[in-house]
Amino acid sequence: MMLNISLELLLASLMVAATPILLAALGELVTEKSGVLNLGVEGMMIIGAICGFAVAVETGSTILGFIAAALGGAVLSLIFAVLTQVLMSNQVATGLALTLFGLGFSALIGQSYAGLKPPPVPELDFGPLSNLPFVGPVLFQHDAMVYVSIALVAAIWAVLRFSRVGLILRAVGENHDAAHALGYKVVRIRILAILFGGACAGLGGAYLSLVRVPQWTEGMTAGAGWIALALVVFGAWKPWRVLLGAYLFGGITVLQLNLQAAGLAVPVEILSMSPYVITILVLVVMSADRRASLNAPATLGRVFHASN
Amino acid sequence: MRSLTTWLSGVAMATVLAIPAYAADPLKVGFIYVGSIKDGGWSQHHHESAMKMKEHFGDSVELIEQESVPEGADAERVLTQMSLSGADLIFTTSFGFMDPTLNVAKKFPNVKFEHATGYKTAENVSNYSARFYEGRAIEGLIAGNMTSSNKIGYIASFPIPEVIRGINASYIHAAKVNPEVEMRVVWISTWFDPAKEADAATALIEQGADVILQHTDSTAPLAVAEKAGNVIGFGQAADMIEYAPSPRVTSIIDNWAPYYIARVQDVIDGTWEAESTWDGIGAGMVQMGEITDAVPEQVAMEARAMIDSIASGTYHPFTGPLNKQDGSVWLAEGEVADDATLGGMNFYVEGLTGDIPN
Repeated sequence: MMLNISLELLLASLMVAATPILLAALGELVTEKSGVLNLGVEGMMIIGAICGFAVAVETGSTILGFIAAALGGAVLSLIFAVLTQVLMSNQVATGLALTLFGLGFSALIGQSYAGLKPPPVPELDFGPLSNLPFVGPVLFQHDAMVYVSIALVAAIWAVLRFSRVGLILRAVGENHDAAHALGYKVVRIRILAILFGGACAGLGGAYLSLVRVPQWTEGMTAGAGWIALALVVFGAWKPWRVLLGAYLFGGITVLQLNLQAAGLAVPVEILSMSPYVITILVLVVMSADRRASLNAPATLGRVFHASN
Repeated sequence: MRSLTTWLSGVAMATVLAIPAYAADPLKVGFIYVGSIKDGGWSQHHHESAMKMKEHFGDSVELIEQESVPEGADAERVLTQMSLSGADLIFTTSFGFMDPTLNVAKKFPNVKFEHATGYKTAENVSNYSARFYEGRAIEGLIAGNMTSSNKIGYIASFPIPEVIRGINASYIHAAKVNPEVEMRVVWISTWFDPAKEADAATALIEQGADVILQHTDSTAPLAVAEKAGNVIGFGQAADMIEYAPSPRVTSIIDNWAPYYIARVQDVIDGTWEAESTWDGIGAGMVQMGEITDAVPEQVAMEARAMIDSIASGTYHPFTGPLNKQDGSVWLAEGEVADDATLGGMNFYVEGLTGDIPN
């Protein structure tokens, strides 16, 4: 009986399990790069989950569902943006409040959607590619959002590293006073970054309710937002490391369930904690000898107040 | 801190003691739930039963509810608050509320508590539970008959006696009708996490299981079974009828309302006493949902016959000969398990593989 776990099925379901936290973590990465700590990821995810689900059910279109989810997440994050950037409230407290609000408000919207089924996710057709042995199921049989999330990693990495926009965003996050002195609109840039983070978290939530589960249940994110937040820190604010962390976490979660299902004689306690332990270990070891731990944006979580 | 607590409980006692003086005051009945009252399963069913109880008594009962209460210190805080606000009777509806309930009950001797699915009692704490394993036996019978891969998947939450009883009861009856059957148990350490439940169901299906049993509260495993096709499952705690006729082929429904009505009546009559209640299909606390057409008629008939024999008391799902996992004899031919052993069940029966986590 020893491990007849199919590697291709495992790799395929790994991506499905990792995509929600990957999307949310990418959004949070951009937000944090601009110097804002938004602890409301969980709340924005669940609002995305219900907005996406509701619109997909009403219109029969998964794509419209995902668009609505991004909008829903962004609208919720706008509340956070106004409170922290315009009214200068405390980011930690506001973020926590946003999570609580999101959980409650999604439950309210979602009351009539419990027990419904979303429309099926359209399949992408890669033609003969998806029939390739091994590579086909692993790489070419996913839904579009999996590819969107990977493309997003590359895009964020490229923008942060090579473009002027990325430079400005980083400058705002590293030293908002200097950026302000140079004439950049710190508050406006941060609000945009927060909105981007909200939209990504919304997409991650909708991936849960439309693809991974697929159904609407109150509180269905069940802590995924917090894992996304942790991934950003352990991934040292680097997009590819966040991707690695998300796939590692998703992969080991799926692997340990598969090992249990395959009847492997390893204590369940060790299996259940392995996703957390291994993900943290790998990411910490990777950033150990460089200055990655100092990679946090210097003004992360600090209130900016233009003094003119 | 201690003096404050003492003072507060003093105030609470005074409030509670004062109630009989105003006969017109409604009886305050509190409920705390571990999940959301819209979880589609366990907590929702407790909530609906509470609503039926409220309907039955009308204005003479005031209902106070708190949902999504974490098991542990938070539960104690919520219970203390409820007691302070004058609750006369509080139902704590999850296994993990057991110690918090007893701790708070000690501080409020005049408030009556009812804890679900636990095993401890006190002067003012009753416990009540349902013999879900009777329903699991029926599910096992159907599962053993209907699997064509001979692999049954079981999504388990925590290694407590209630969950272990369910695994054993379903395995025994699946193996009885189909000796080839294998059961794979996946522990996910949560009662409610749709994404994790869905992942567990996916893993089991990938390992070849074509019947999924769940001891978690959401409908996610059924959604996954439906997507996979050719996989059946069962409603848990609630009917989950939206997944009928397949994958949901029948369900175990918790029916707490009659018990809640009886206990509240006892308090009103002044006849409430701390006791342990453990009822099953016979008393109506466990009900089986409609068996759908997806189940072959012959199997459905066998299942109904077993429901009847359990209800009438002529058959007990744990009847010997049964061995423990290590091969040692547990029950001799014709011997029936006693409630004490079942209540603390911490072993698998023979034929199950894997270890129970601690």
